[in-house]
Amino acid sequence: MAGAGGGGCPAGGNDLQWCFSQVKGAVDEDVAEADVISTVEFSHSGDLLATGDKGGRVVIFQREQENKSRPHSRGEYNVYSTFQSHEPEFDYLKSLEIEEKINKIRWLPQQGAARFLLSTNDKTIKLWKISERDKRAEGYNLKDEDGRLRDPLRITALRVPILKPMDLMVEASPRRVFANAHTYHINSISVNSDHETYLSADDLRINLWHLEITDRSFNIVDIKPANMEELTEVITAAEFHPHQCNVLVYSSSKGTIRLCDMRSSALCDRHSKFFEEPEDPSSRSFFSEIISSVSDVKFSHSGRYMMTRDYLSVKVWDLNMESRPVETHQVHEYLRSKLCSLYENDCIFDKFECCWNGSDSAIMTGSYNNFFRMFDRTTWRDVTLEASRENSKPRASLKPRRVCAGGKRKKDEVSVDSLDFSKKILHTAWHPVENIIAVAATNNLYIFQDKAN
Amino acid sequence: MEVKPRKDADRVVTRKTPPYSPQTSKDTQEKEGMLPERAEEAKLKAKYPSLGQKPGGSDFLMKRLQKGQKYFDSGDYNMAKAKMKNKQLPSAGPDKNLVTGDHIPTPQDLPQRKSSLVTSKLAG
Repeated sequence: MAGAGGGGCPAGGNDLQWCFSQVKGAVDEDVAEADVISTVEFSHSGDLLATGDKGGRVVIFQREQENKSRPHSRGEYNVYSTFQSHEPEFDYLKSLEIEEKINKIRWLPQQGAARFLLSTNDKTIKLWKISERDKRAEGYNLKDEDGRLRDPLRITALRVPILKPMDLMVEASPRRVFANAHTYHINSISVNSDHETYLSADDLRINLWHLEITDRSFNIVDIKPANMEELTEVITAAEFHPHQCNVLVYSSSKGTIRLCDMRSSALCDRHSKFFEEPEDPSSRSFFSEIISSVSDVKFSHSGRYMMTRDYLSVKVWDLNMESRPVETHQVHEYLRSKLCSLYENDCIFDKFECCWNGSDSAIMTGSYNNFFRMFDRTTWRDVTLEASRENSKPRASLKPRRVCAGGKRKKDEVSVDSLDFSKKILHTAWHPVENIIAVAATNNLYIFQDKAN
Repeated sequence: MEVKPRKDADRVVTRKTPPYSPQTSKDTQEKEGMLPERAEEAKLKAKYPSLGQKPGGSDFLMKRLQKGQKYFDSGDYNMAKAKMKNKQLPSAGPDKNLVTGDHIPTPQDLPQRKSSLVTSKLAG
């Protein structure tokens, strides 16, 4: 197929026009490895946006309140808190270096004033508490002028300190460390709808944790064969159902998805549902299995559907139908004729994520050349947009992009051969309610908004 | 009375995938994509004739599980050094991820430990 962009019709609702809002991060050409963003996640209300990077750091942005005196900053995301979540470690027993890269961040639903999130690297999950402090107690008479503690026997008067306002301080503290439960590399974490438990998945196992208990976790899925020579597939992603606390799904490197019900047995090695699209055996090639590997699985907000991302497409599945997806959206089909070089430069193993909008009417995923794709499920329209600093004037509309697969390249089209495969958009996030999206382009975070906002 | 057979046009067709996508079913998609994909496979086999038939085998997945971690055993290293004496240690070779036989990673092959941690530029 020739053009892979939409015909200028924006996706994501009725006549949506996406505009540039903000870009975060350095402009320099030389990107330090540590600055590469590895995960992006909005909180449940959308007022906080968290990013994790390869250097193990978490940066949280907060949406500014509407302020009539500063109309331009309405709805802008500014830095709220930043902290070092994970550090590089060395496992001396196995002579292994453990990367500090943050693989995933998941917010807990807000219950009090403080905010909580889970962040994980390859081996350890941490629960962070982010709290605000805007008052300070003053007037203690326990120390003398030099700051030294006074002898308690010499203090004869009782003085109650007064709470005085101070500049807002946001503190992040690690409240739980869930370690030593994974032999292989953690690829997913997912908070249960019961708000008490969560799962963590690595290549071969899925564990269930209680948020309060760190010295123990329960293994619920184990696909490790007795003989490693017989290994045929690995777990690539896992997620809990948004409403049914007993249901979880996990995807595999073979392009299949298994749904497990924790009520049926303690160990969910036997699935309750098995989702696989039938394949035409005559079309099988060396690349078939690799490109069918599911890199991300996400339930719709409604809980009725789930979406899977494989190398070339995004598929929407109805949980009631295991035989085939109900929708297949091509992300960058023009890459099918480039698979050889994509295998050689390892790009064929890139793990793209995907996300739903708040109403489940649209889905979004990333591609190469800093392009990302949006598909509107109600109008059947799709569009290709680009995250680039060239298009970063405030409220500038994003122009749809087109890729030319072969033959004559039209004006404004980008030829497949000139795509920059080092500029990959693997991580994107959609605000839970509004039409605001966050797109991670290597070391930069772009925020786009709907013009109407 | 003559009974007319139903024509295909009379049948109701339920749409499975959005109409804008010309590949309306996986079969059509596979057939249309088969030529380029097979051509790509032929290219790859021509470049790397020793490439195994099925990439999904356990070697491939084992590599994925190990994910490029570097192994360094100081005991092995020192013993090898003592054995070799004046001779050169076998270097890592093209594939640094394999840990087999005489291949012993040397300190030069290991990734450098990171320097002190700096605030993210996103927060700048």
